[in-house]
Amino acid sequence: MSKTRRDFLVLGLMLAILAVLPLVGLPGWVITYTARIMAFAICAVALDLVLGYGGMVSLGHAAFLGIGSYAAGILIAEGIEDFFIGLAAGAAAAGLYALATGAIAVRTKGVAFIMITLAFGQMAFFVANALSEYGGSDGLTLWSRATLNGTRALKSDTTLYFVILAALVASLGVVRLVTASPFGAVLRAARNNPERVTALGYDVERVRLWAYVLSAVLCGVAGVLIANLTSFVSPALMAWQRSGEFIVMVILGGAGTVWGALAGAFVVLALEEGLSLATQHWKIAFGALLVAVVLFTRGGIAGLFDRSAR
Amino acid sequence: MSFTLLAVQTLNGLQFGLMLFLVAAGLTLVFGVMDFINLAHGVQYMLGAYLTAVLAPHAGGFFGALALALPLTLALGLVLERIVFRPLYGRGHLDQVLATFGVILIVNEGVKLAFGAAPISVPVPDLLSGSVMLTDGLLFPVYRLAIIGAGLGTGLLLWLVIDGTKFGMLVRAGATNAPMVSALGVDVRRLFTAVTAFGAMLAGFAGAMVTPILSVEPGMGDGVLILAFVVIVVGGVGSIRGAFLAALLIGLVDTLGRSFATDILKLMVSAPTANRVGPALASMAIYVLMAGVLAVRPGGLFPSRSAG
Repeated sequence: MSKTRRDFLVLGLMLAILAVLPLVGLPGWVITYTARIMAFAICAVALDLVLGYGGMVSLGHAAFLGIGSYAAGILIAEGIEDFFIGLAAGAAAAGLYALATGAIAVRTKGVAFIMITLAFGQMAFFVANALSEYGGSDGLTLWSRATLNGTRALKSDTTLYFVILAALVASLGVVRLVTASPFGAVLRAARNNPERVTALGYDVERVRLWAYVLSAVLCGVAGVLIANLTSFVSPALMAWQRSGEFIVMVILGGAGTVWGALAGAFVVLALEEGLSLATQHWKIAFGALLVAVVLFTRGGIAGLFDRSAR
Repeated sequence: MSFTLLAVQTLNGLQFGLMLFLVAAGLTLVFGVMDFINLAHGVQYMLGAYLTAVLAPHAGGFFGALALALPLTLALGLVLERIVFRPLYGRGHLDQVLATFGVILIVNEGVKLAFGAAPISVPVPDLLSGSVMLTDGLLFPVYRLAIIGAGLGTGLLLWLVIDGTKFGMLVRAGATNAPMVSALGVDVRRLFTAVTAFGAMLAGFAGAMVTPILSVEPGMGDGVLILAFVVIVVGGVGSIRGAFLAALLIGLVDTLGRSFATDILKLMVSAPTANRVGPALASMAIYVLMAGVLAVRPGGLFPSRSAG
């Protein structure tokens, strides 16, 4: 009980800091960069539902982010600028893609599941590259951000920052509600012992599929937010390395915890930014760090995961 | 869509498929024997290509470089296995994904650091330059034919080894039930070391062979790796036979799809629409194929493990 309370205190503190950040007179780029991190944190929180609670190693989550951003970007390019329509379209498009591909992926497990999610992620990437009408591999620059109830309120970076923060809080709430529900209990039980859960009469594949779809919907929302924040969508958003990055965020933060994914997103993106200031070839350092953490942490990262998650 | 073009593209698809097979062959055994997911396998393909491209001017041309690249990629495979993979065998897939993802980041960036980000091109060796007339009006580059020959030859050799030697028997047994093979007194780890290193050399060989027809650049292994994954899940994890058939299927579908999707669509919809939709559909083709196969057979065409 006290551990749960501590977890929520940490989470509350983190969100409180994020809420006052734009009010203390920081330079504009800090605000937009933090907003960007928060949008990616939504994906990490969403992936945690699948990876941490569901035990499914999805290596294709960047596709859902990309699909959401393309849905929003294409609508704006076609003159449909309402924010909520874009949000609904992005969430729906990502969710439908997850429903179709997840239906196939959840029937497999282990290595095959990883490879299949990666392959379907790559498919979205290549389709985006082939959309010559919407910029192809160069991406699509958006003329303007979406309108909020007919106003241009989102033109302000600070307003958009708070919209993204609200979406992050909502995502955390949704994941919390789901994991605390009977559905979440079945999902977690299926991670530990799918046979027994099946024997109890639950349809494990169906539970996994809906968790996968819900996770994708949240990533789609993040994609819509990123598209508006950067006024730009491109296939690079769904490069497979980004899916790997999301996994790193979830794992470094501690999979299956209340605030871990959020912390992981901040740590990873701040680390990348910091390393890239030091050297152009920062990926070598980042990769080495990753290998070292896996090899030299006692019991591997899974050990940390066990201690914090169960 | 003339017959000649169809024939040329079929050969191109065959060539592409055989290259995919060389990359996928080692990988599917690694998955099958040790249930180990190695994202860094594409790195071996890239290193094979780089070693060939960089050594060619110093080693007396393409063939000298190829002769050096093979043992070097084998050695690199052994080093990677010893340092990074070995501690991860008993661990979860998540650790394996993270560590091998880290290896990709290091090697891709390391290659950029050592040889620059610009693509390197390698001339076609004189011996295999030019084209041959296959039938009336059908010209095909000799070099691509050589790749097809090398791929088929390697496939045959692999089949002989896997199907006809004791080592091959152990590998097959390991892919079907590794704990049982281990219980029978076989050192599965040593077997795995051999398979990993051998697989790394095959991927390096594929990388070396494509240097005269593709540009050598950082990250070139990543796309091939993901296609090899598609090949493996379609063929069935751990199955060499499945990997061979799936690789040819995917090579053909991808190549033919890219060349003819737009033309075929033009028969059904207006030309501008076909031009717009065709490329997108073509790039989806192999993934849709994968989805179709898995919908009917979740274990792939030739599931090697009954438990999936």
